[in-house]
Amino acid sequence: MKKLLLAAAVSALATSAAFAETVRMGTEGAYPPYNFINDKGEVDGFERELGDEICKRASLECTWVTNEWDSIIPNLVSGNYDTIIAGMSVTAERDEVIDFTNEYIPGSPSSYVALAGGSVDLTKGIVAAQTNTIQAGHVAASGATLVEFATPDESIAAIKNGEADAVLADKDFLAPIVAESGGELVFVGDDVTIGGGVAMGMRESDGELKAKMNAAIDSMKADGTLNTMLAKWFKEDTPQW
Amino acid sequence: MFEYCADPRSLEGLTWLSCYLTTPKHAAMYTSVLTVMALLLAVVPPILFLGFMGALARRSKFAPFRWFGLGYTSIVRGVPDIVFFLFFPIAIDQAVEYIRHKVKCGDVLEPVYQGNDFVVCQAAKMPLGASDQIYHEIWGFSLAVFAFAIVFGAFTANTLHGALQAVPRGQLETAQAFGMSERQVFWRIHMPQMWVYALPGLSNLWMILIKATPLLFLLGIKDIVYWAKELGGMKTQVYTYAHPDWRLWYFAALLVFYLLLTLISQSVFDRIFKRASRGMAVAT
Repeated sequence: MKKLLLAAAVSALATSAAFAETVRMGTEGAYPPYNFINDKGEVDGFERELGDEICKRASLECTWVTNEWDSIIPNLVSGNYDTIIAGMSVTAERDEVIDFTNEYIPGSPSSYVALAGGSVDLTKGIVAAQTNTIQAGHVAASGATLVEFATPDESIAAIKNGEADAVLADKDFLAPIVAESGGELVFVGDDVTIGGGVAMGMRESDGELKAKMNAAIDSMKADGTLNTMLAKWFKEDTPQW
Repeated sequence: MFEYCADPRSLEGLTWLSCYLTTPKHAAMYTSVLTVMALLLAVVPPILFLGFMGALARRSKFAPFRWFGLGYTSIVRGVPDIVFFLFFPIAIDQAVEYIRHKVKCGDVLEPVYQGNDFVVCQAAKMPLGASDQIYHEIWGFSLAVFAFAIVFGAFTANTLHGALQAVPRGQLETAQAFGMSERQVFWRIHMPQMWVYALPGLSNLWMILIKATPLLFLLGIKDIVYWAKELGGMKTQVYTYAHPDWRLWYFAALLVFYLLLTLISQSVFDRIFKRASRGMAVAT
């Protein structure tokens, strides 16, 4: 046991002494208010603020990179960046390929949105969702016809141009869009809760970094800063810790 | 950019638009035009090099060279481009990191492939994790140039091979009768006449290359099509400049951009063709 600890300590020292650790944070940059690219061309949003705070607490130097959603997991495991912080819900399938840190957003509801004034059958109609999301999985299982889009923005455009009857996505993402549509878009049906909370994705071999991130996330939960951030970026009734 | 842009939400009309179109994010789109141009210019020399090597290999008197040339052009032309664009950058990236890992961190005992993970030591990362983003982009760009060169090199090799065969045999025999060596026949007679037959095919390839540049996004490089999609999408109030779905306008601008690029290219090719066909009996 002692030997093991010693070996761990030595290897930790060896890596940290040789290179000041720079953690590359991978995000999608197309899912406001979780993460988006602001008009200055920088990554912004809830996860930017959260990630910077986590890095500060864990004494890590972090840089931000964007990657399209569809290939965000393959590029993590091949080492192009070190974490996924992109509103990714914890699911069993994903957990087989990558590891997740402790959750930083509690399980929050997803909602259907459709054009105002129409009648939509959510179990038989055509429903849009982003590829490889828990919502896409839910639509496929619900009996409705699923049309998938590479970006969340395109899935909204699909209901506006009539390609789909409704769209299923995180309610926190849809709420500002519905509110600013001037009555064109409305929530339909009941909210559904799919999957667990949102957490950072890590390589399974990266246990050391995961422990640091977990410690930082836990400390933010403990002192209430995480709740303050959730309230700042999402609607008032977003579940808190 | 302008001083009056300090509070965009209070602006309207043309002033708003002038601020909107000069945000750093739009500047990134304008510079991505240069990325596309840089790629087009950077890939031409390796494409022509691979094309000539492939064409000459297929004409070689040494059978293994012929087989290699035929194998290269047949395989690359037969497999969908997108497979190569996904395969080569990943394969080369991992090969380079694997070799660097073996050289620099040979004493690290953990295997490189751990389940799904590809793990090399920090010092073997290419480029280093701590490097500025610009180095990551340059590395990605180089991988893209490599992938484009391999794919388009094969098509070019086939075009050049066909063009070399199209030169009338009588021309070469006459040159031999004049006492030229094999090398002289190739450089003085065969090559200069070959261009007339190669140019239509090459101009086709160039146009296809221009239109293939949006595949850059597959390789993680933010090109002009990515920015048009990103900037054109609906923007809620969380952005400084909120607007509805404007992708139609952005894509219309792209349409004009690509049309201009191909139009200019075509007129340049027409000139080259005129020059290459001087003194030749072509039907114009």
